[in-house]
Formats: sequence, structure tokens, C-alpha cells
Amino acid sequence: MIRPHRAHPLWLAFLLHRISGLGLALFLPAHFYVLSLALTRPASLDGFLHWTENPLLKVSEFGLVFLLAVHMFGGLRLLALEFLPWSPRQKTFAAAAAVASAFIASIFFISAVA
Amino acid sequence: MAAAQKYMQVSVWRGDEATGALEEFDVPAQESQTILDVVSWIQQNADATLAYRYACRVGMCGSCAMMVNGKPRWTCRTHVKKVLGDNGRLTIEPLRNLPVIKDLATDMTEFFDKWIAAEGVFHPTKTRYDEIEGIDPESSVRVEANAAIECINCAVCYAACDVVSANPDYFGPAALNRAWSLVNDTRDGGQAARLEAVSSNGGCHNCHSQQGCSTFCPNELNPTLSIAGLKRETVTSLFRRRS
Repeated sequence: MIRPHRAHPLWLAFLLHRISGLGLALFLPAHFYVLSLALTRPASLDGFLHWTENPLLKVSEFGLVFLLAVHMFGGLRLLALEFLPWSPRQKTFAAAAAVASAFIASIFFISAVA
Repeated sequence: MAAAQKYMQVSVWRGDEATGALEEFDVPAQESQTILDVVSWIQQNADATLAYRYACRVGMCGSCAMMVNGKPRWTCRTHVKKVLGDNGRLTIEPLRNLPVIKDLATDMTEFFDKWIAAEGVFHPTKTRYDEIEGIDPESSVRVEANAAIECINCAVCYAACDVVSANPDYFGPAALNRAWSLVNDTRDGGQAARLEAVSSNGGCHNCHSQQGCSTFCPNELNPTLSIAGLKRETVTSLFRRRS
């Protein structure tokens, strides 16, 4: 459970940024391994790509694209916070990063299943 | 006919960090009542050995901060009505991130030592024989300094900060906020040493911008803004030195 002193939007934005970073750190080695199959074992790669047509994988890809997008927008938010003149709209920026990421992930999901 | 007296269940931390525990008290509820009123009632009517700290009772001195239902608060200006949970219970504990002396009183030595370590001290450049320096209140640096200056040293931000919990060397929001107000003080002669201090191991670059400090600061200051200013200043000074 999130302790009371952390229950505010900007701490949750920090949490989302941290979780998305850890998620991507776990994903990237697997991603590079699968890409390497194109050189080492093309037949296995084709088998894997066929497996990714599974609807459950499409939903997982939505999550993955969301993590990628939210990590990027969250990072841009932090760079703006630290290097641009301060704006009081910090919660708006955090919400905008999450909404933009959900939008991009949804577009990706729709194009993947359509 | 007077209404029947209502009581609140209040859990209060007793003892030190290692061996202490919460103790239950039934405190009469009043129409207009602060958390400090509740603590004082317990000390005056239920258990005279309760240790806590306060002085001014009007939000000036910064002595009475405690954790109230898990959030850091200045207790003299926090009304019970605003923080009472749905279950009608209050939990009052000593501030996070500071050693507990006894009950609700914390040892604030490290908090103040870190102000000094962060160069949150003024370095005068004039003597008493010099003319008083004119400061334009509208100048951009003075506006920045003014925004950070109303700190009452209550350590609410220090208790709200997860970076302080994770890294005992971190100076914390209050000390860095003070350093930022001095970076913008044109009369100060210690800027080089201050930039060294705020970019050291305990300095501004530890901040994760979770903004708990700004969320809970009772004077509505924004230490995250100040720390972001220090981060910018240390980075630009790096380029200044190289050029």
C-alpha cells in the first residue's frame, strides 16, 4: 500500500517513471536476443513472430508501448522541470505525459489488431 | 441541554524509535481544535510524562511538526476536522527521518547541521563602515530569493522526503532551499563554496523531484523549484568554468 505521505500525483508520476524504467530494463535484453535470432536462427525467429500474433501478446504490446512512451514523456517532463524556467503546472505535465502515452499505446494497439 | 461530550480515539507514539509503541487515548472533541490542542490535552489531563515540543502556537516558530495520520504537519495550525480519517481516528507520531528522543520529540541536530553543510549561511562582503547596499526589490534575483525566504525550519519537508530516508547524507529540501535563496543574494560573498557544497554527495543532484516537500510545506514554499534552480546553476557554472 502507498503510505499516506506519498499519496500525491507527483509521487505517483515518480513511481510510474521508475516502474516503466525497470520494465524496459527487463524487456530490452529479451528484445535484443530476439533480434539476434534473425542472424543466428531465422527459423526460430519466424516461429516466435508467429507466436506474437496471439491476442494476449497484442494486449501485452499495448503495455509495452505505454511503458516506452510514458518513460520518454516522463523523462522530458523531468528535463523541463530542471532546465527550463519553473512552471507551476507540474501536475498537468505529469497527467499529460500519462495521457499522451495511453493515446500512443492505444493507437498502436488498434493498428496491431485492425 | 448541553450535547453529550464526544471523544476521539487518538494513538500517540510513546518511547524511542527502537522500543516505543503507539498508546491509545480518548480525547474530548471540541468544535475548533488543533492537533497541538489534542497533544496538549493529553499531556495536561491524561499523562504528564508525554514529551513533545512547541513554542509559539501560531505557525511562526517551526517547533511543533509531527506526523499526523502518516503525513507531516505543523500541528498548531492543523485543525482536527481537516485531517480526521473516515474512521474518526487520529494517529500522531514523531517526524519521519529524524532520530526520536522520546515520544513526539525528535532530535533536529542533523537537520540544522545540514543547513551549514549545504552552505545555507550568509557570507558578508561588507563591514559596518561601508554604505548599506541598495537592493532593488523588483530585480529578478531578489524575486527568486524572496520566494524561498519564508522558511520556518519546521522540518516538515525533511520528513516528507523519500530521498532523505534513502540517503542519510542528503541535505534535504530545507537546507537546499536556503542555499538557493543565498545564491540569489547579491550581497553574499560565498557563492563558489556554496556551489561546491550543493553539488557534493549530499547535494541537489540527489533530488528525484517527487515534490513531497512542496506538497506538504505549511508555508507553501516550493523547495523543488529551489533545488531545480541549484541544479541549473551547478550545470551552467560547469560550462562557465570550462570556457
